[in-house]
Order: sequence, then structure tokens, then C-alpha cells
Amino acid sequence: MRLSEIGLFLFMVDCILCNNYIFSRFLGCCPFLGVSSKVETAAGMGLAVTFVMGLASLFTWAVYQYILLPLELTYLNTIAFIFIIAALVQFVEMFMKKSLPALYSALGIYLPLITTNCAVLGVALLNIQSNYNLLESVLNGVFGALGFMLAIVMMAGVRERLETSDIPLPFKGFSISLIIAGMMSVAFLGFKGLV
Amino acid sequence: MKLAVSSGPHILTRETTQTLMLDVIIALIPTVAAGIYIFGSRAALVLAISVFSSVLFEFIWRKALKKSLTIKDLSAVVTGLLIGLNLPSSVPLWMPVLASALAIILAKQLFGGLGHNFMNPALFARAVLLASWPLHMTSYNLPQRVFFGSSAPTGVDTLASATPLINSSGLSMQDLLLGNIPGSIGEVCKIAIIIGFLYLLFTKTITWEVPVSFIGTVALLGWLLGEDPVRYLLTGGVLFGAVFMATDYVTNPVQRIGQFIFGVLCGVIVVVIRKYGGYPEGVTYAILFMNCITPLIDRYSKKKIYGEVKKNVQ
Amino acid sequence: MSNKTNNLRGVFINGIFNENPTFRLVLGTCPTIAVTTSAINGIGMGLAATFVLIGSNMVISLLRKFIPNKVRIPAFIVVICTFVTIVQMLMQAYLPSLYESLGIFIPLIVVNCIILARAEAFAAKNDVLHSAVDGIGMGLGFTLAITLIGIIREMLGAGTVFGNQVMGAGFEPMLLLVLAPGGFIVYGLLLGIINAISTRRASKKSKEVKTA
Repeated sequence: MRLSEIGLFLFMVDCILCNNYIFSRFLGCCPFLGVSSKVETAAGMGLAVTFVMGLASLFTWAVYQYILLPLELTYLNTIAFIFIIAALVQFVEMFMKKSLPALYSALGIYLPLITTNCAVLGVALLNIQSNYNLLESVLNGVFGALGFMLAIVMMAGVRERLETSDIPLPFKGFSISLIIAGMMSVAFLGFKGLV
Repeated sequence: MKLAVSSGPHILTRETTQTLMLDVIIALIPTVAAGIYIFGSRAALVLAISVFSSVLFEFIWRKALKKSLTIKDLSAVVTGLLIGLNLPSSVPLWMPVLASALAIILAKQLFGGLGHNFMNPALFARAVLLASWPLHMTSYNLPQRVFFGSSAPTGVDTLASATPLINSSGLSMQDLLLGNIPGSIGEVCKIAIIIGFLYLLFTKTITWEVPVSFIGTVALLGWLLGEDPVRYLLTGGVLFGAVFMATDYVTNPVQRIGQFIFGVLCGVIVVVIRKYGGYPEGVTYAILFMNCITPLIDRYSKKKIYGEVKKNVQ
Repeated sequence: MSNKTNNLRGVFINGIFNENPTFRLVLGTCPTIAVTTSAINGIGMGLAATFVLIGSNMVISLLRKFIPNKVRIPAFIVVICTFVTIVQMLMQAYLPSLYESLGIFIPLIVVNCIILARAEAFAAKNDVLHSAVDGIGMGLGFTLAITLIGIIREMLGAGTVFGNQVMGAGFEPMLLLVLAPGGFIVYGLLLGIINAISTRRASKKSKEVKTA
């Protein structure tokens, strides 16, 4: 979907509801399942991912267009992107610690986990694959991450409610979380074809 | 009118689950009767199979896991009825059986049984069937009133797709109200649904917030989009969904303000899917999506109400 | 000597059963859900990851005494990335249609937690032979698991297995299973069922021990 064809609002709807990172692109499932037992922590994780995915989209796009493409090194994109993301996460962590201590204390613990969040590397690769320009890439990163945040916060809400439920023992934990995710993804089917 | 204020789940404060479910079943009687009258004995068969298999699956699961038997609370009967009413009468007969298994085992018992499911089981089953076998789920029998004869769907009797929603201008208001239109067994007869709604309200089985805000939002947005609001409500499944599916205790918010928000957002999503989405009708998906959001609405609305109480004290 | 071979067999079996990455450790969930719409995709993804796993485990084990502890994670990632790029190029050249259908999940093997986890937990502490066997065991465990999920989803969701019609003519495939929700639900149910079987086995074993 090109931004110029569908406009900002529909681009956002497409990223958040129609092609949700969790429910239809399956990117970022590990933190989605692992960090979704409390709504607050899920929201923190979502915010941290939004921050990093926006920045990562910006930098990976720039590096690809201005360094890898002219030097004909595009086959190195995966390794280049993963290092940009790792460096970015480090940098964001240091910067936050110094200048935004309040935000750091809220998001700090999630930052190291983000390096191996496949949604971040995924968005960088998808931006290239879809031939997005700079603005589209950044928006895809930010809106995609907001879709991730919606999914993980929804998941945490349901899991908090189920804390006292008598779920059969073998299904407790990852199993029931996956089933919840599947049921939610059924609900998201309704948004198909919206954009 | 004095509103009874109670903060907890109403199931515990008012009466037992059994009497509550009995009230829902009574409220469904007009709809069931109308569905059978309109679509014939085939509809009765579909309903019977879904109720029977829902109860059976509940029994088998509880028995297999050596848990207390919960057949007597009648919740499986209600789920079965709702599954049947959400299907077209022409579906192959294995579909209500599969739907019951999905609803009772996957959506309800796996989460610990009644009161723990986060999503409406009957509606979840319907959504799965709709995504898996769209053709069966959207080719409706025309009203046929065939009893005891062969009422199996033939090509002539069956509409190709869910067109009644899109092209309702040819149908008279009387047909729309009485349900003389193609559709799922339970959604067509609006008069019967309204009678059931009034019964549920007067017995205080449900509160008005969810259905009224849901229906009101759909009518308002439909009107803003240039549709005839009455016709917009009388076609499709909004009435049935708002009265019987969205009001499920377990899967909608506890607080009244939360219920109101739930209803409004359901309405918005229905209109958005109808107008812009890939499906002709969005009631199922709207309610399921809001089921997922319900715990978050509960969190938010609880905080707000605690705040208000404090103000009053001061 | 026999102890050593026993040990190797133990390392191999461990990856397939006791510490199966998909069903016991629940790692690498994204590709497990995303690519298992068919059996062939499952096996393709599994073998690609196995190749990377064996290669990275061996190289990391060889280099484990030379890599400074502080930069070990970036070093591991470079090694893993190299193998992923090799797989990517090989598949692009020889299996273009499979490469196409697995899409970005091939480059994303880099961030597949199974591989980094084995590098950190096993290869960095053990010799080359053991690390290679661990890679094979873990890789096969992953491959078997996601192929199983792929077979179930393809069979019930499309009526075929590896593209061959297996269900009778009257069977109407449950399309949902090859759509997004099917991946989550089939994986979740299988995980629960396998948990149930293994706890039953464990309790049986402990009973046997007691009676003995």
C-alpha cells in the first residue's frame, strides 16, 4: 500500500488493524507471548518497541539507500540491519539513562530485549521489500509498532483476567496464550479488505 | 425509574446461573419459534443438533476431567441455541456439531468453564465457520415454511450470497419486521427479537446499555452515511447481535459506563466493516473484537468510578 | 569411550525430545506460526534453520576461546548472519519457489531465538563435535515439530499433504487452519496436548520407580 494512494489515515488503519504485526504478519511473537502477563509491562514494552521501530526504520532505510545500494552490497543488508538495530538500542538506552531518566526507568528493562525482537528487523526488511520511501518507512515502523502494542496490551488484559481461572494444567502458560492469540486473530479477520 | 446499582458481576448478586440462563432461554423462545416457522423443519433440526451436541460436549469434557458437572446451569443449552440461531438453516448438519465443539471445548472449557471465557463462545464458533466455509455460511435459504417434507436446500431455494443486506430496497417493511427474508435462523424476525429484548429488560436479566448504545450508534452512523436508519437496522444481524450476543455477562464490561463504551464501539466497527470492509456484515467481528478489549475497558472504567466515589465523599 | 558415545546420543536426543525447541522451550515462535501453512514450507524452514544452527554452533565452538566475553553476542550474531546469508543465496539459486513462499522469514533466522540460545548455552561451552551434534538434534527437533504443524494445517485446512490429495472427495477443508488464526490455535493445542502426554508419562514413571 502506497501512502500517496491511500492517505495517512488508511495507511495507519492498514498497519494497525488489517496487517497487524502479530495477528497477520507473525512478527514479534516472542515478546508478545513472553512479556504480556501484566498490562503495564505490556504497554511499556509496546512503547519501547514503537520508539525503536520508528528509529530503526529511519536508519536502516538511509543506510540501505545511501550506502549498501551505491556500493552494490545489498546482500549484506541483514547483517548491516541487525548491527544498526543493536547499536541503536544501545544508544537509545544510554541517551535515555542520561536525559530521560523517568522514561528510562519505565522502559529501560525492555530495551535489551528488543534487539532480538524480529518485528524490528522484520520492519526494516519489509520497508526495503515494499520499495517504501523514507516517510513511508518511518510511518510503517511507527504504526506497525502501535499495532504490536495494541495486540500485546489486549493480550495482557485477557491474561490478567485469566489469572485465577481454572485452566487445565497442561494448557497453562504458552499453550493458552497461543490459543488466545488465535482467537483474537479470528476477530481481526473482520478487518480484512478494509483498505 | 430506579436503577439498581451493583458493582460486581450480576450473576452472583441477583440469582443463580440457572435461573438467569432460564430467563435467556425464555427470551429466545419467540426467536426460535419464528425461525422454525419461517425456515421450516430444517431449522428445527439445526437447532436441535446444536443444543444436543453443546450439552454433550460439555458433559464429556467435565466428565473426562473429573470436574463437577455443569449441565444443570443451562449455560450449554443457551450456547447451543445461540450457535443454531447464528447459522443459516441450509448448512450441512456436521457444521452445528463442529461449532458446538469449538464453542464449548475451545472457547469455554479450556479457559476453565463458564465465567472464564474471554470471548463469546457461540460467536467465536460462528466466526470460525464463516472464515472456513464462507459459501455454506452465506447461502441462505429463502423463507420456505417446509415441514416434514424434504426441505434440503436445492439450488433454486438458495441465494448465492449475503445479498439481502446490500440490496434491501426491494423488501417491504413488513417483510423485514416479520422476518420474511433470507438470513440466519435467528436474525431475521425482528419482532421476535424485540419481544425477547423487552423480556430480558423487564426481568433485569440484562441492562439497557449495551444493546441501546450498540443499536443507536449503528442507526446514527447509518443515517449520517445517507442510509435509511430503520432499514439499516432491520437488515443484517445488528438487532440479534446487540440483544443476544453482545450482552453475554462474561464477555462484556462489568461497569455500566464500560458497557456503554462497549456498545458504541461495537456499533462503530459494524458500520465501518459494512461500509468499507471486505465482508457484507460486521456484527460478529465487531463483538468479538470488543470482547478482546473488554478487560481493558474494565480496568479503565473501574478507576474512573473509584475517582467519582472519592469526590462524593469529600 | 562408550560413555562418550552415550553422551553424544544424549545430546542428540535431547534436542528432539526433552528440550525440543518448539514444544518444550517454546523458542522461535514466529516462523513456527508464520510458515506452517503447508508441510513443505515447514520442512524447508526447518532444514534452513538446521543448516544455520549446525554451522553457527560449530564455528562458535571453534572460536569460543578466542572471542572476548564482552563482545561475544555481537560476534555470535556475525557468525549466525554469515550462515543465514549463505542459506539465503543457496535457496534463492536452487529453490526459488520455496524461497519466495518463506519470504522474510529466511533472513529473520538471524533473530530466531533458538540459534542464539544454543550458541550461548551450548556451543560457547562445549567442543566442536558435541556442538555439531547439538545443532543437528536441535535443528531436527525444530524441523520435526514445524513439519508436524505444517502437515496438520495443510491436511485439515487444504485437504493435502506435501501437495498430494489425502482427504476423500467429500471432505470440505477448514480454511481457517491455513489462515492466520490456524497457526496460533494448532500450535497452542499441540503444545497443550504434548504437555499432557509428557506429564502423564512422568507420573507413570515415578509410580513405577516407587513400586520398584
